[in-house]
Amino acid sequence: MKVRAQVAMVMNLDKCIGCHTCSITCKNVWTSREGMEYVWFNNVETKPGVGYPHEWENQERWNGGWQRKGNGTIEPKQGARWRILTNIFSNPNLPQLDDYYEPFTFDYDTLQRAPESPMVPTARPKSIITGEVKDKIDGGPNWEDDLGGESAERLKDVNADGIDPDLLASFENTFLFYLPRLCEHCLNPTCVASCPSGSIYKREEDGIVLVDQDKCRGWRMCVSGCPYKKIYYNWHTGKAEKCTFCYPRIESGQPTICSETCVGRLRYLGVMLYDADRIEKAASVEQEQDLYEAQLGLFLDPKDPAVQMQARQDGIPDNWLEAAKRSPIYKMAVEWRLAFPLHPEYRTLPMVWYIPPLSPAAGSVENAAPEPDGLPDTSSLRIPVRYLANLLTAGNEEPIVRALDRLLAMRRYMRKKDMGDDAALLLPSVGLSESQIEEMYRYLAIADYEDRYVIPTSHQEAMSHSFDDQGSCGFSADSRFSEGVTGASLFAGKERSNAQFISVDEIRRGNRRP
Amino acid sequence: MSHFLDRLLFFRENLDTFSGKHGVVRREDRAWENAYRDRWNHDKVVRSTHGVNCTGSCSWKIYVKNGLITWETQQTDYPRTRADLPNHEPRGCPRGASYSWYVYSAQRIKYPLVRARLMALWRDARKTRPPVEAWASIVEDTGKREQYTSIRGQGGFVRATWDEVTELIAAANVYTIQRHGPDRIAGFTPIPAMSMVSFASGTRYLSLIGGVIPSFYDWYADLPPSSPQVWGEQTDVCEAADWYNSSYIIVWGSNIPQTRTPDAHFYTAARYKGAKTVAVAPDFAEYVKFADLWLAPRRGTDAALAMALGHVILKEFHLTARSPYFLDYCRQYSDMPMLVFLRPAGDGYEPGRFVRASDFDDHLGETNNVEWKTVMVDEATGRLCVPHGSIGFRWREKGHWNLDLVDSMTGHRMTPALSVLPQAEEIVSVAFPYFADDHPPVLRHLVQARRLSTVHGDRLVVTAYDLLLASYGLDRGLGDDQAAQDYDQDLPYTPAWAEKHTGVPRRQIIRLAREFAENAEKTRGRSLVIVGNGINQWYHTDMIYRAIINVLVMCGCVGRSGGGWAHYVGQEKVRPLAGWTTVAFALDWVRPPRHMNGTSFFYSHTDQWRYESLRPAETLSPTAKDDPDADAAHIIDWNVRAERRGWLPSAPQLSKNPLDVVTEADAAGMHPVEHTVERLRTGALSMASEDPDHPKNFIRNLFIWRSNLLGSSAKGHEYFLKHLLGAAHGVLAPDLKEQESPLPREVVWRDEAPTGKLDLLVTLDFRMSSTCLYSDVVLPSATWYEKDDLNTSDMHPFIHPLCEAVNPLWESKADWDIYKEIARKFSELAGPVLGTRKDLVLTPLLHDTPSELGQATTADDWKRGDCEAIPGKTMPNMTLVTRPYGETYDRFIALGPLTRDLGTGAKGIVWDSKEEVEALGRVNGEVSPDNREPYPKLETARHAAQTILTLAPETNGHVAVKAWDALSQRTGRSHKHLAEGRAEERFTFDDLVAQPRKVISSPTWSGIESEKVSYSGSYTNVQELIPWRTLTGRQQLYQDHPWMRLFGEQVCAYKPPVDTRSVEAFRRHMKDGDGNFLVVSWITPHQKWGIHTTYSETSPMLTLSRGGPIVWLAEAEAREAGIRDNDWIEIVNANGALVARAILSQRIPRGVAMMYHAQDKIINMPLAPATGRRGGIHNSVTRIVLKPTHMIGGYAHLAYGYNYYGTVGTNRDEMVVVRKLDRVTWDVDPVRPDAHARVI
Repeated sequence: MKVRAQVAMVMNLDKCIGCHTCSITCKNVWTSREGMEYVWFNNVETKPGVGYPHEWENQERWNGGWQRKGNGTIEPKQGARWRILTNIFSNPNLPQLDDYYEPFTFDYDTLQRAPESPMVPTARPKSIITGEVKDKIDGGPNWEDDLGGESAERLKDVNADGIDPDLLASFENTFLFYLPRLCEHCLNPTCVASCPSGSIYKREEDGIVLVDQDKCRGWRMCVSGCPYKKIYYNWHTGKAEKCTFCYPRIESGQPTICSETCVGRLRYLGVMLYDADRIEKAASVEQEQDLYEAQLGLFLDPKDPAVQMQARQDGIPDNWLEAAKRSPIYKMAVEWRLAFPLHPEYRTLPMVWYIPPLSPAAGSVENAAPEPDGLPDTSSLRIPVRYLANLLTAGNEEPIVRALDRLLAMRRYMRKKDMGDDAALLLPSVGLSESQIEEMYRYLAIADYEDRYVIPTSHQEAMSHSFDDQGSCGFSADSRFSEGVTGASLFAGKERSNAQFISVDEIRRGNRRP
Repeated sequence: MSHFLDRLLFFRENLDTFSGKHGVVRREDRAWENAYRDRWNHDKVVRSTHGVNCTGSCSWKIYVKNGLITWETQQTDYPRTRADLPNHEPRGCPRGASYSWYVYSAQRIKYPLVRARLMALWRDARKTRPPVEAWASIVEDTGKREQYTSIRGQGGFVRATWDEVTELIAAANVYTIQRHGPDRIAGFTPIPAMSMVSFASGTRYLSLIGGVIPSFYDWYADLPPSSPQVWGEQTDVCEAADWYNSSYIIVWGSNIPQTRTPDAHFYTAARYKGAKTVAVAPDFAEYVKFADLWLAPRRGTDAALAMALGHVILKEFHLTARSPYFLDYCRQYSDMPMLVFLRPAGDGYEPGRFVRASDFDDHLGETNNVEWKTVMVDEATGRLCVPHGSIGFRWREKGHWNLDLVDSMTGHRMTPALSVLPQAEEIVSVAFPYFADDHPPVLRHLVQARRLSTVHGDRLVVTAYDLLLASYGLDRGLGDDQAAQDYDQDLPYTPAWAEKHTGVPRRQIIRLAREFAENAEKTRGRSLVIVGNGINQWYHTDMIYRAIINVLVMCGCVGRSGGGWAHYVGQEKVRPLAGWTTVAFALDWVRPPRHMNGTSFFYSHTDQWRYESLRPAETLSPTAKDDPDADAAHIIDWNVRAERRGWLPSAPQLSKNPLDVVTEADAAGMHPVEHTVERLRTGALSMASEDPDHPKNFIRNLFIWRSNLLGSSAKGHEYFLKHLLGAAHGVLAPDLKEQESPLPREVVWRDEAPTGKLDLLVTLDFRMSSTCLYSDVVLPSATWYEKDDLNTSDMHPFIHPLCEAVNPLWESKADWDIYKEIARKFSELAGPVLGTRKDLVLTPLLHDTPSELGQATTADDWKRGDCEAIPGKTMPNMTLVTRPYGETYDRFIALGPLTRDLGTGAKGIVWDSKEEVEALGRVNGEVSPDNREPYPKLETARHAAQTILTLAPETNGHVAVKAWDALSQRTGRSHKHLAEGRAEERFTFDDLVAQPRKVISSPTWSGIESEKVSYSGSYTNVQELIPWRTLTGRQQLYQDHPWMRLFGEQVCAYKPPVDTRSVEAFRRHMKDGDGNFLVVSWITPHQKWGIHTTYSETSPMLTLSRGGPIVWLAEAEAREAGIRDNDWIEIVNANGALVARAILSQRIPRGVAMMYHAQDKIINMPLAPATGRRGGIHNSVTRIVLKPTHMIGGYAHLAYGYNYYGTVGTNRDEMVVVRKLDRVTWDVDPVRPDAHARVI
């Protein structure tokens, strides 16, 4: 056993209001600059829909993630190392600009500067890429918001597999929910394995996956390797960039921007302990539907003394162990089994998990078989369980039903209590104790800031020349995003010796750099 | 050195492997990570917010980095709620989060701009003339004037200096006052709660000079007239946190996630506490996602659904099983036990007015206001009683205006009898009008009545409850064959009948009614209905809302935490109201201000009345043709009558300059009021509204700030362009003559309609909106991150500031400083030209003043000879005020003496403010204009904010105790316990900068701030027995004013949408073979990617939507008309046209085109083929239609108040033609590319 700690995220899709505040605040801070106009480290998609970039979930088209070979080992779906190198200059799996969208702005200037004209001025759209005026905008990062667009196009969504498309497309049976997405900071990231330059790494201390901007050579194999399409090419610097999990904030104990600004209060951040030695095995289980359980199997109980002892030996600081004990992620993913990984079949062992959404009773009320208290049961919900299972459990419906049952049992229990009735009902059938239900309620409904985000501060003192840095950190004359030329650096000559680990299989390891 | 070489300096070392050899640990340099850390670093964080009418009122952190405003994230430091309630952080939304985009964008207005042609004329005139004469020389020369008015909106701005532009504005104001009168200058600014000081800046200036301030809440149709009708209250609703206390929530036409984004979590989380949620929505709107049940009624049929809910609840919980909780609640807190006369009509009767103490010989022992005291029966003794609390007890007496169940005559406790049934003597047939076409226009129900001996002889009476039950079609065992025996009968208002109208299955209706009422009964009222714009903006908004309110009152939900009616449309709640009104309307110097109801104002001055297609006969009740006011030929006739009777305000007021009216009276040796009454009576003088198209009655100067009136809320946008501005427009509608409709009786018709009534349009903004484009002068205002101000909302109990993170950029200035500069220049010019003048100000019979006791039982018109013309009783109040025009600036910057001498007040109570004025002198410092006595300074926005905070009970605990004491004088009950615990709290501006503060309970509002309950409307009415401010003092479901009878709205009825004929009038322009098109309902709910037009043009929001104007259509229906997703389409009717791209979606029902509100035409808007002009805004295809019942005044709760009662600008009933455009044209070539260069 090798214990590692990672700051992981859960989003409760049942509370997501689809407001996109997370996307805007993230973009403002991280991607509102030249070369990154089309980039949304965090975006929100309306489901059912094909998302951004188009049909990102269709791995038959994009070949992202890992595949399991006949011999039981895994390799990136886009191919092993030799294949990657062959494709460096013509990568068939790389989304093109139109698969994202052509970023645009408007000729605002004309509104104030227009000379006298026959008509009231209007600011016409312009491509940011070509600078040309566009007659019609035909794509954007959120084109399908609130089910915008014709159903035939939206229902190319692979999660609709196995569901009658005519049923899905009718007004009466309409449903929707939102899927906020960011880098999954996977335990088994394909991007890291795909990088010919070895520039992507997963930080040992907190699990955050980063693209080293000094080392990136812009091969873009990470872009095609990532099945979530959450690495982007900065066309200005010629390097790949991705969600950094806001490490400058995480390091100081603050939630990511997307989390702190989440108005629906549906994001949670907390420490997960896991056994790094079992990653490959978990990612290689034969059946895709077993991947969810396999990943759960990696997570370690932070209250288990044996785990704690090993964790200390493996260098996990005490404040991280304490945080792990209070981790909302552990509760939701492991204890209550409410949260699930996004597309576990990609075998990346993602670390941003989701609680599936409830929905209104399907069709007319006569079909809804209402319970005496007026609340619906899982079988009457509008969103097909199959759809959610395709999204979160590689198609296995049973865990999804259990999670929805538990959400509804919590509602039912709390309603009884609120009405002054005896609340201890139905609990055995959903496998939760009364105190667990009460705790679930506290985390999901009351959801105080300190319960949503349990983030230990980092130990920079152990990783940097902290006494010197105290007086000098922040002084910098170099530009780390320049195109390959470095000026004098205030940091030059000071060796950095931070431990990091990189998930990459041994064959590739020897030849990481040309 | 390249990175590559850098890399060679380091030796990479594998420290370890894991997971077999799948993973490897390395030691490498990670200094590059500082790059992202450097981006995150910033110089300072400043607290501010967004002054935008969204109701969010969220506190934000504004990050300044390298001296630049870089981004914003939400504050998370609101005072906490309590352990069992979610907290408020992090309030905000994507729109607010993108505000920093504006600050440095090309859309930012950086310098004063003036229309080039006007600038040229002005500079030319100023070469030879002093300013006021220079202005006169331009506007009195038709040719010169048209040079710049006719080109409004078509580009051609030049930059000006502040000095030059303030001189031009001041000269225009001075000239207009002199030539036409101060009431020909108006200023439109909405929603003070979003930035109170900025609002107050311009209204303070206008109030000092005598200008007109049109209202907005009613104009926006955000005001629900049902609220004043039922509660005598503008709108008072629960904070969002109180949703969490509910256990049954119906969300009805309010898209909470989309439009109440920061509050939505209380809705989503309440489900986890066990609340059941039901969404009533025509489309699968965002809020439906969180519902357990979705009901989708057809367009405009919501009242039918609500009436059927009422039918089921009354039958099952009031008649079959008598719920003690419901019945007790209705006895004490509703008008249901009040006696109502039955009025003979034809073979039977119809509902009449409330019985009053004055109807009996002995006045039932009452002496004061006997016509205003309603009567009920004590169930125990069977005797007539005058219960405490009706409006008659409010004025000119003390101590009995309360809801204690005490008989005023005997002082004994009593039990209100809900029905006259036990003492009924006769069964009679009572007529109720019916407005849909599937049943006869008059429904007759059998009712048991009691006979009373009155001063008018023997009269039949029933209770309002008896009428309520009858009106819902419920049989009380009398064999009423028009009452339903079961739910499957198609009789109004059964579930089967409602299913036919709404399309909602009857079983769903029955189940919903039962669940809602059962929940309310079990929880003592914790059933909640959240309503909004989706159902409030129909012409018959009040019928829809009253139908819902009725259900809530029947179930005892109003005034209960977790229950009741929650209407969220518009950020109407200025928590420190009393302090704010003082500053905003210059009540410290001169009273009263000139308030105007915005809807009637714009209806008249944009000449929308000239195109009216709704005929009076279509709106009248079939049972009231005998009313003397039924002879109106046009809707505007009722409006003029209402203004004349003092019910509604008017602006301009008289057909003559009010300064000259006083001068003439002085010359004639008469008192100006007597003189004016006499001349009005003889017709020598008239109301200006009787001839709105006469040049002497035009509005001449208009200021717009904090608003994009023309690009957003201008319902009838094209009429604004045509008549008010004289700009190119897209009006296609026939006028009354062309329609061959009758011309108004009360208003002069001029065959030639005026165009370009305004001499000067001045707009203050930070961004180039449509309003700016059409303005003559555009003044650059500071953004919300560059000024100090205050912000509150009804959604949460906190007050918090806007703060200056950086000083105003470029040449922009804070609104306070802009108006201060205008006031300074105005004083300079006005002193010599105008001097000191006396002004006659007309005000209507205002709510919350003794004048709300106008005509108790009649609707007499002095002009018709029905009654005497008595100012303040049968006609407007008239007040003589003095305006020393040269001192305008001195007054602007000082808190004047009236606050110290007359006190401060709100909603009918006044308290002393001497201590607070003294304290302000110490805090703000003092100023002594002309070495007169010193006054507290109001020089800066912070001074103004501090003044508001000091004077208001909500932000000064000491004042709160005084205010509750003042109310106790009226109620005879002690209320100050509600504030005593916080008596020592006084908020300063700096306190708010440190952290938002939870306001203090005050009698201005009907909820309380407490650690135990959330804020909830009507809470103190129920808990403290403070009457609602209605005629009966109770929640008033029965409306007995003669005009309510005239329009058949005494009891609630289902009224379908009205026919505006806009499509019919347009289709005359269409040719055969014009191809495929749709005729659909035009639905314009609040949008996701902007707050009104603000944010909607920003690049972040346009990127997340579809980059410009879009209209949602039902997928299948649109494809039948040949329209595909993202096609360009034209939306058109007789009012005008716009162009947009179609979004096809399965979530939209057939029969609807949904254009989310306020996508301004400044972005990506091609030409509309139908009009040949640039396609318009969502309001290019709308025109307002007034509803006469909203004109009632001087009648207790039905009395005018600014933004409280009055006509509302509904816009939901329109239909449009939608057709595909195969190609679009833009026509962006300039006519005169040299025009602005020439002037510079």
